Amino acid sequence: MHDTTRSAYWQGARDGAPFIFVVSPFAMLFGVVSAEAGLNVFEALAFSVVVIAGAAQFTALQLLQDNAPTFVALASALAVNLRMAMYSAALTPHLGAAPFWQRGLIAYFLVDQTYACSVMAYERNKGWGLAQKTAYFFGTMTPVCPMWYVMTLVGAWAGTAIPPDYALDFAVPITFIALTAPMLRTAAHRAAALVSVVMALGFAWLPFNLGLMVAGLAGMITGAQIELRLRARGTWVDP
Amino acid sequence: MIDKNQLWTVIVLLGIGSFALRFAFLGLIGNRAMPEWLLRHLRYTAVAILPAIVAPLVAWPAALEGQTDPARLAAACVTLAVGYATRNVILSIVLGAGTLYLGLYLAG
Repeated sequence: MHDTTRSAYWQGARDGAPFIFVVSPFAMLFGVVSAEAGLNVFEALAFSVVVIAGAAQFTALQLLQDNAPTFVALASALAVNLRMAMYSAALTPHLGAAPFWQRGLIAYFLVDQTYACSVMAYERNKGWGLAQKTAYFFGTMTPVCPMWYVMTLVGAWAGTAIPPDYALDFAVPITFIALTAPMLRTAAHRAAALVSVVMALGFAWLPFNLGLMVAGLAGMITGAQIELRLRARGTWVDP
Repeated sequence: MIDKNQLWTVIVLLGIGSFALRFAFLGLIGNRAMPEWLLRHLRYTAVAILPAIVAPLVAWPAALEGQTDPARLAAACVTLAVGYATRNVILSIVLGAGTLYLGLYLAG
């Protein structure tokens, strides 16, 4: 590995490392919830390895427990994961030139944390070439993704030992808020988030998690429109 | 009790579907340029989708069968405020969780 490539990899690993403390309880929680839903250790681990998307896994498991039809469980969990397609699109200008097999691996490891770290790092290091960008991405993945499997396993083993008064249900919202808050750097981003919250609450009654889709699209359109207006006025500042 | 056939169907299809979503642009578009209007919308993906997932969970927590909870509400506000002010993800999670447990403790 070239020197700057190696340093980009380790920088990614360092930037990803704090997320161990985010991903571990989240993965463990999934293991615990799976055990409570009657999944054995192997099934819980398979869920985390095959799907590797926390929010979608929780969604699917919740709906399966509610005896929802397979189609509804799948559609809702995939709706939660639609943002991955948008992450994929957002990283394409940076990583699209990588070899096909690398793009396959990157796609598999494309999660909230690796995406968030990478996008911010690519903004900071505009001089990086493909090799550095790819190395950085795999760096961010290294502490985060294996931990997702391991802690799912631990949670599934610990099973029902964690009492409900620990309010672990709230690990998901707190994590997502903490990930989002630092991104609210421009008026466009803040407006997008605000519209998304209002719409998500207003359309929560829609079936099959469609409220999430409505809110997400509305938020994105809002952000893009505000950005256009700020640019027209000459007051847009790149975040 | 979850039916095992249904469980494995969901695991496998959700795995394939999630990978397809992640691979969609990266794998198929590669390094062809994407239109500016699309990129402009994509900049707001995270700030549009994540709050939409969170808002109902904060307002109507499933653990309490949808009943609004002051402790969870306060925890969400603290996490947001700290994250916004410091841009420190871990610090905001720690203070958010601290607020939650303090609130639950005070509520008895």
